[in-house]
Amino acid sequence: MNLLRRQFIQVTSLSALLGPGLAWAKTNRPAFDAVTLQEALRGLDAAGASESRDIVLKVPDVADNAAAVPVDITSNIPNTESISVLVDKNPHPLAARFNFAPGVVPQVHLRLKMAQSSPVRVVVKAGGKTWQLSREVKVTLGGCGA
Amino acid sequence: MPEPIKIRATLVGDIVDVRLMAPHIMESGQRRDANNRIIPAHHIERLIITHNGKVMVDAELGGAVAKNPVMGFKFRGAKVGDKIAVSWVDTSGEKRSDEVSVSDGARN
Repeated sequence: MNLLRRQFIQVTSLSALLGPGLAWAKTNRPAFDAVTLQEALRGLDAAGASESRDIVLKVPDVADNAAAVPVDITSNIPNTESISVLVDKNPHPLAARFNFAPGVVPQVHLRLKMAQSSPVRVVVKAGGKTWQLSREVKVTLGGCGA
Repeated sequence: MPEPIKIRATLVGDIVDVRLMAPHIMESGQRRDANNRIIPAHHIERLIITHNGKVMVDAELGGAVAKNPVMGFKFRGAKVGDKIAVSWVDTSGEKRSDEVSVSDGARN
């Protein structure tokens, strides 16, 4: 798959383009437009990612507000290049993807919308390999359509 | 013109802690209005954090990121006074970019 190469080009060309007039590279549309978890994982080149205990994923067991579920992720995997966050049962499972330059602590905090109770899944890309970890989050009231 | 991004960059030891809040509706494209018509997606799709012009974090966001995204990142190699900029572009092509200087966390 040429996705890896495309993303590399996008990321590296961004710094050159970030002058005045700020040109923007395209996001990984196929992965974001995916409507099933399998499709989204394929779009991230993570279909066969094995589980890793070196990913720390902090989510509430029960989300009070499904429109803003706090998610804290830390990757203890050396040479982490990117962290992707998915909600398995959302209409579009892939919620966000963070690409890190060397020197950035592979850690991210954000808040997500959840359509229903679902595993929240993290995919880490490090040294050309992919790893994942998921944790179930229960939602009491729907997140007004994630 | 979109509302300014709130950014705080604090140096603690050799790590700069960047926290941001980007006011944005983050409409997912899944909701329906009173007439049962789908409200079109309108959300930030790319958000970039730079340190003195160098890209540190390049984030791709979908419609499942909560309204008014709040995010936090940490990295090494910054000094007090360095420029931290956050820029975003949304699905309608609108853009916003704001900048702060790194402050000394030990003095606050």
